Amino acid sequence: MISTAPRSEFSITGLPDPRAWGSARREEASVHAPVAADASPLLRIKGVTLEYRTPERVVRATHRIDLDIHQGDRFVLLGPSGCGKSTLLKAAAGFLRPVEGEITLGGVPVREPGPDRIVVFQEFDQLPPWKTVAQNVAFPLRAARALGRREAAERARHYIDKVGLTRFADSYPHQLSGGMKQRVAIARALAMQPKVLMMDEPFAALDALTRRRMQEELLSLWDEARFTLLFVTHSIEEALVVGNRVALLSPHPGRVRAEINSHAFDLTSIGSRDFQDAVQRLHSRLFEAAPEPAGSTGGSA
Amino acid sequence: MSEASLAGRPLVPPIRPEYDHVLAPFVEAPVERVLPFSTRLWQQDWLRKGLIIVALVLVWEGLARWQDNDLLLPGFGATMAALVEGLVNGELLDRVRISLVVLLQGYVCGIVLAFLLTTLAVSTQFGRDLLSTLTAMFNPLPAIALLPLALLWFGLGSGSLIFVLIHSVLWPMALNTYAGFQGVPETLRMAGRNYGLRGPSYVIQILIPAALPAILSGLKIGWAFAWRTLIAAELVFGASSGRGGLGWYIFQNRNELYTDRVFAGLVLVVVIGLVIENVVFAAFERLTVRRWGMAR
Repeated sequence: MISTAPRSEFSITGLPDPRAWGSARREEASVHAPVAADASPLLRIKGVTLEYRTPERVVRATHRIDLDIHQGDRFVLLGPSGCGKSTLLKAAAGFLRPVEGEITLGGVPVREPGPDRIVVFQEFDQLPPWKTVAQNVAFPLRAARALGRREAAERARHYIDKVGLTRFADSYPHQLSGGMKQRVAIARALAMQPKVLMMDEPFAALDALTRRRMQEELLSLWDEARFTLLFVTHSIEEALVVGNRVALLSPHPGRVRAEINSHAFDLTSIGSRDFQDAVQRLHSRLFEAAPEPAGSTGGSA
Repeated sequence: MSEASLAGRPLVPPIRPEYDHVLAPFVEAPVERVLPFSTRLWQQDWLRKGLIIVALVLVWEGLARWQDNDLLLPGFGATMAALVEGLVNGELLDRVRISLVVLLQGYVCGIVLAFLLTTLAVSTQFGRDLLSTLTAMFNPLPAIALLPLALLWFGLGSGSLIFVLIHSVLWPMALNTYAGFQGVPETLRMAGRNYGLRGPSYVIQILIPAALPAILSGLKIGWAFAWRTLIAAELVFGASSGRGGLGWYIFQNRNELYTDRVFAGLVLVVVIGLVIENVVFAAFERLTVRRWGMAR
């Protein structure tokens, strides 16, 4: 299939065994005994082509994407703008229908948005401003009829504590900073205990210091709860730090260029040699000149 | 261009010594200060607006004394006397009650119709076209211009009044509500659908609260339109089955040249408008959109 060719090409270019990359591996550092995940993927994206319509034309956002996301994965979609990574995430969340191919969650085709795939968006206005932090976290639990009023409030408290916003439980979103709003969005998503937690450039609108802290917090939350994460970013560093596996998409239309393992890296490895090498490798693939399509006439220069 | 670069040498900023202070706790001055009492007092809305009203009353009273003709322009004192008299003997209160009952009927009907029309408009293309065509046609049409027709169709009664009231409330309300629904951020819509909300529960739990600022301003505009339409309509044909509202009171007293009572009626029209705007709507705003940071 389409995606196998670049994958093998990538291994030819000399990617070392990821186990040799880092010393302090997150998986090993964890107190939990590693549990072997189910062999079949939880979220399967199979030959998915996505298109969207503008008033004048139909634009192909992604072309026959194949990706397997397993239970407990921190799967990152990395690519430049225009590679359809956000569109792909929205399709997996059920907001868009593929024109070709299929997306299945636990073997069941994804047809519409649902509370088993909670999305954390980049924009801060994803939180209804008329609800306090506690109400915001409890709202999806109530809306999806997952829990009764009291149980929902209790679970909301629990996850608000987890993201360190206990003091702000009764504040309204407009009284919070951007980082705090994203924490609420994450707490809200975790409280739902979705099958897959989806994050669409969740930290892109934050300042650099806050972003770093949020990545750290997300990783420690993952260490604790071991949820399945599908994470979209355009930052190479963020992809390597947050993900255990990174899919690199090429733009116009989005196709899978490579999939690499990044479970060896965390925030402490940012300065390390291996990390810089990995960044360089991804960087060169992101910014390589697009190969001339056969029969094309002339370059852009 | 600086002289240095003109001379061919690149501009280089001076290199200064570094320093590293250990900052002692800040004690020289308090970090926060309370504003002086007069400043805080002046920030009170009611005080500034009250002063404006007092100034207007003074101008009015001055003009009236200078004019010295109670038939043309009664002063503030005479108007207040007529107002108190009307309120004490119950006549004015009765007129106000009649007006408000009719007004509320028309207002509520108009709002319900506006919501139906807007719901249709957000859900179908036909509804959108219907709403935009109807509002383009009828919004500029003064409600009073429909009164002769209404009288023909519904006769001399509250039916005609309610008809013109609905007309005056429906279009601005529908326009505002629709604009409010359109303005709900895409992310919030997606979040709502992500929670599995659909149909009526999606509209009630996401769209309406998110559009509340626009809906509120529609309610306010609708209220003002309805109130002025009602008074004007009552002035034109007034009594429904022998019992007129506030507009009819003004009209009657003008015919009998009780100018002070005309003024008392007008003052009451203004006061009721102000109270609804500044007490009812303001309280509702404070409890909702202001508290939620959706309006300043």
